[in-house]
Amino acid sequence: MSFTVPSHLESELDEITTHYPVKRSASLMFLHALQEHFGYVSKDAVEWTARKLGLQPINVYELVTFYPMFRQEPLGKTHVKVCRTLSCALQGSGELRERFCSKLGLDPHAHAPQTTPDGKFTVEFVECLASCGTAPVVLVNEELHHKVSSADADAILQKGKAA
Amino acid sequence: MSAPAQPAPAPAPQAPPPVETMTVKVNGKTVQVPKTHPDWQGKPQPATMLQAARCAGVDIPHYCYHDKLPVAGNCRMCLVEFGTPMMDPATRKPVLNEDGSPKIAKSVLPYEPGTPRGAIACATPISPGMEIYADSKATLQMREAVLESLLINHPLDCPICDQAGECKLQEYSVQHGQAGSRFVEAKVHKPKAVDLGPRIVLDDERCVLCTRCIRFSKDIAGDDALGIVNRGSYNTISAFETGKFDNNYTLNTVDLCPVGALTSKDFRFKMRVWFLKESKSVCTSCGTGCNITIGSREGVVHCYEPRENDAVNGPWMCDSGRLNYKWIGRADRLREVLVRGTRSTWSAALQDLTVRLSKAPAGSVAVVASSRQTTEELYLLKKLAARTGATTDSVAREGEADRLLVAADRNPNSNGARLTGISFTEAGIRIPEIAAAIEAGTVKTLVVFGEDVTKHGIPAATLAKLETLFVSDILPNATTALATHLLPGAAHAEKRGTFVNVKGRLQKFMKAVEAPGDARPEWEFLHELVHGVTGQNGYSTIEGLFNQMAREVPAFAGLEWAKIGDTGVDVKI
Ligand code: SF4
Ligand code: SF4
Ligand code: FES
Ligand code: FES
Repeated sequence: MSFTVPSHLESELDEITTHYPVKRSASLMFLHALQEHFGYVSKDAVEWTARKLGLQPINVYELVTFYPMFRQEPLGKTHVKVCRTLSCALQGSGELRERFCSKLGLDPHAHAPQTTPDGKFTVEFVECLASCGTAPVVLVNEELHHKVSSADADAILQKGKAA
Repeated sequence: MSAPAQPAPAPAPQAPPPVETMTVKVNGKTVQVPKTHPDWQGKPQPATMLQAARCAGVDIPHYCYHDKLPVAGNCRMCLVEFGTPMMDPATRKPVLNEDGSPKIAKSVLPYEPGTPRGAIACATPISPGMEIYADSKATLQMREAVLESLLINHPLDCPICDQAGECKLQEYSVQHGQAGSRFVEAKVHKPKAVDLGPRIVLDDERCVLCTRCIRFSKDIAGDDALGIVNRGSYNTISAFETGKFDNNYTLNTVDLCPVGALTSKDFRFKMRVWFLKESKSVCTSCGTGCNITIGSREGVVHCYEPRENDAVNGPWMCDSGRLNYKWIGRADRLREVLVRGTRSTWSAALQDLTVRLSKAPAGSVAVVASSRQTTEELYLLKKLAARTGATTDSVAREGEADRLLVAADRNPNSNGARLTGISFTEAGIRIPEIAAAIEAGTVKTLVVFGEDVTKHGIPAATLAKLETLFVSDILPNATTALATHLLPGAAHAEKRGTFVNVKGRLQKFMKAVEAPGDARPEWEFLHELVHGVTGQNGYSTIEGLFNQMAREVPAFAGLEWAKIGDTGVDVKI
């Protein structure tokens, strides 16, 4: 499969590059745009970005792996982000994540985000989602769920399976 | 040969430019420190606390700092407590103690004046009157804390780690570490045995993230291939594509790595470093002549490592040169003296050659000597040639130069051959002439040292026309197969001698191992032969031989073996 960036996107990015005093400063904008278009940042996307900005692939790859928002693999249709920070942790977000993982056949102790083989779910432990008062909090795609109980978790899974 | 050349006039003594210094105290000792020190590119920069401590003979522990790399200041191992003279804010005069000495304000945390605030010695410039406390209680505490954090996720697999014995983490832990770990949580596991490139294996769990390898690759080797990926406690050294870290200088990162994270595939798990005997030598794979240390054990060469010489290679060497040592121990090394294919003895063979060469009519002898032979050997061969009126030459060996060290000239001693008069401006131009003379029957004796002439313009059919083909070499080839007299020679690692590199640096090298079987250093038996043929007395020690050569070869005038340091001297080429 060859990697092609549509010409309108490429010219948009070329234009963005001109806003920066040095080309490499446009790296993050490139990665955001490519992730939005392709759903994730592939190795090809890293190499393409490096080529466009006169960098070595490792320079761009460092960025991709530094920011948790950049994905190196396609995400599941339902993206479950469980908050791991203090308030949510005290309110049992650890158990909540374990529940999601074990019900989906994923490793409950893995460090990185995990996606089910059927591509339906990605489960991820994330830092504070800024709704500490309603802990534990789970962000499902763009929708924030508050005070999530085990029953709520199961309902999220049900909905995701049907999606 | 010519009468001893006039000794070169001693170079006019040049007054060294006055060095501006600054006075600081290190562990209570007053030292004068030059105000500037060369940075990694040799540019003068303000002296740092680490350099000041060195001037006082104190080594401050460090990981990321390296004299020949840009300063990164990331490992914090070099933290030290320090103080500076107090100033009266009103008078701008130093505040004095009762005894008249300046009062020192120790550096403390601004919001917690009771707590010392350290500074990284590798990147903090000194100021006049500064006091550096490299072994104070506070300094030791900072070191302990840094080490404790470095060891949190470290696998502590020293028993199977190649770095053990020369590992900075091991050394500093013994000096400053704690016996037990207070860390009860699970250790983070990182990739093990990563195939970084054709010659490098990386163990990420052992890495202390000093970034020396990254800086070397990017700033010295010009291959921006390595980086740190992931974040926080999962930080990992990585290449974009594993297996592709393959520039010709990758093995230097193994030397640079202060721990056992980067390992050489060639050396991995082969030998404990403390078993190796170290001998000072020179790489023979190109005309740069990088200074090396040969690591050997029980007569076997196990590795080459670069030996620092700022006049030649700095602290680096190329991978191809470093790995080009296995031929020394090859099983098919020539180890017997052969006369017409029959095993003979040194005395019988040399006797026979002496008679033949003494009787040879002028012009009936030719010499092809390799620019891989030592200067002393080439000098003796030239003496032999002069006596018999022989045409001489050597063989050119060209490759491609790179931007860092590798020279286009792949012979280690082309200048030695030129200066001793074996070859001319262009090596090899007389070989066709020699071949033609053999064909014509004028040349009946050919002396070949260290080259397979059948590959360089004198085909086997031509060699067959000779009466005497006197060959000395290290490994068998088509020429040695045709030799009437075959004398087994020694690799550079098996003898002492000198090479003159492409820039005219004359460098001596020491013996690491014994030559196999009956093989002998060429200069030893050449000395006997020259003595026999010319009737002139020579020297049976390398020191005497070198000094004799220095008296006769103008370019070496005034030199003495004993006075050539470990890093060599410049000669006029
Ligand atoms: S691999 Fe070695 S040189 Fe590279 S960052 Fe880690 S410890 Fe430093
Ligand atoms: S640059 Fe030349 S002399 Fe130096 S290590 Fe490489 S081959 Fe040997
Ligand atoms: S701690 Fe979970 S939202 Fe802040
Ligand atoms: S040596 Fe690493 S911070 Fe100074």
